Amino acid sequence: MANVPEDLHYSKDHEWVRVDGDQAIIGITDYAQNSLGDVVYVELPKASEEFAANEPFGSVESVKAVSEVFTPIAGTVVKINEALADEPESVNSDPYGEGWMIRLKMSNPGEVDSLLTAAEYEDFTKAESE
Amino acid sequence: MLKAMGLGSAEELFDSIPEDLRLKRPLNTPAALSEIELLDRFEQMGARNAGARRVSFMGGGAYSHYIPTIVDHILSRSEFFTAYTPYQPEIAQGTLQTIFEFQTLVCQLTGMEVANASMYDGSTALAEAVLMAERVTKRSKVVASAATHPQYLEVIRTYVQHAGIHLELAPFDERSGQSWEALAGAIDDSTAALVVQSPNFFGCIEDLAALADAAHAKGALLVVAITEAMSLGLLKSPGACGADIVVAEGQSFGVPLSFGGPYVGLFATREKYARQIPGRLVGEAYDKKGRRGFVLTLATREQHIRREKATSNICTNEGLIALAATVYLETMGRRGVQEAALQCAQKAAYTARAIAKLSGYSLPFTGPYFNEFVVRGPGRAVELLSRLGKEKGIEGGIALSRFMSDRPNDFLVCVTETNSREQIDALLEALSEDNKS
Repeated sequence: MANVPEDLHYSKDHEWVRVDGDQAIIGITDYAQNSLGDVVYVELPKASEEFAANEPFGSVESVKAVSEVFTPIAGTVVKINEALADEPESVNSDPYGEGWMIRLKMSNPGEVDSLLTAAEYEDFTKAESE
Repeated sequence: MLKAMGLGSAEELFDSIPEDLRLKRPLNTPAALSEIELLDRFEQMGARNAGARRVSFMGGGAYSHYIPTIVDHILSRSEFFTAYTPYQPEIAQGTLQTIFEFQTLVCQLTGMEVANASMYDGSTALAEAVLMAERVTKRSKVVASAATHPQYLEVIRTYVQHAGIHLELAPFDERSGQSWEALAGAIDDSTAALVVQSPNFFGCIEDLAALADAAHAKGALLVVAITEAMSLGLLKSPGACGADIVVAEGQSFGVPLSFGGPYVGLFATREKYARQIPGRLVGEAYDKKGRRGFVLTLATREQHIRREKATSNICTNEGLIALAATVYLETMGRRGVQEAALQCAQKAAYTARAIAKLSGYSLPFTGPYFNEFVVRGPGRAVELLSRLGKEKGIEGGIALSRFMSDRPNDFLVCVTETNSREQIDALLEALSEDNKS
């Protein structure tokens, strides 16, 4: 059973969002990392790059495949997780902590309200696995 | 087979084609020849290629170097010669190992950190390097030296014309024949890369270190292209000069001229850009028993996984030709390649200096050269070279008027280790005689 922290927001593309003031931290969920397999490389954007909601900001490469990662909300990148360059496996071992990918300054903080809650996301993944 | 398919005749296989569209007579092809007649027919056709039997001083992107017999001997092994796409690690360790050796040799020659399993040829390798520079820097302007091989520039234009990349040219100096100064001066903050060929199309050696500094100062890459790979046996490696991507035509290493191909493109870069390189990559790994083995790696760059976001649409390499280069380099060894390169340089210097002393002839460019240089004759080069070929059996060089209309009397001369002193002296005498008449 995948871990789905209560205090986060979720997207149907299996990203999570943690709100921190007017900024948001984004990564992929435990369900996603489990489906991907061992992560060997994470491609991240550069700071100050801007993204619209649901735009791909990078990709995650596992031994099986490459998957794009989308930002559920619009914003400008203020920081990326540089540690992932040397330790991409953090995405597998700690997807909500050490495996965080980017920190955005939100263009439209209200967008977070249209994302899934932990319970909604859990139901969504259950339906997907059936 | 017809019986097994339940058919009465071969004609029935075409039943789905409308009656009125079917050919109702035998094909108009000549009768089959016997082996004796066939060999004779091909010998006659081959004999018409007069240029192949003349002494050659032609370079310009394809070079006459000696090919040790061992190259053909190993290439002809059916395991190499007939295998189709042998890249499965479970059954093709031999092939994968030779490619790994090839990649290692390319790194050693170019002074770079990672090389791929080869590209089609030098020109397409250069075009791919330009595309890669755009991906790495996310800038869309590339400045190339106007002294790059004109056909290489054409290939770059073909690749970038719909890729949103703007190609600019920096001129070459009329006195030195070099373009590095203008190229270094043409860079700005929107430049993705400086592209230089060295030795350039005129045979002149460019200052790669100065170009690397100029490029890096503006956050751009230096892309170095080499048409005469043998120059790597003598000149300081592009890697040591600070190049970011090095591409070359590998034909000089054990590959015959073959009327233009197949040749082999070398592609090498720094390890930090490994995920941006095109083409196949062989990596070294260990199996579950701890035995060393080889396998295609970083395949997620390629189109069969990343589709339109792949680093290139190339999904192959020049396996057999890369093998020829590998056998050549490993047979010659470091000292052999250095010796061959030294002979090229020494013979070229002897030839150039002697030509400069001939009445009516001069060397228009003052820049240093490896084994190619431009000669200016008393009259039109195309006609001079034609006379030399027909009357003296010597291919004296390549007329520049083929590529540039403002240099009617200039021709490019190339000297390699295969040109003997007698051949060179015969060229000198022929040039001298031609001017007198």
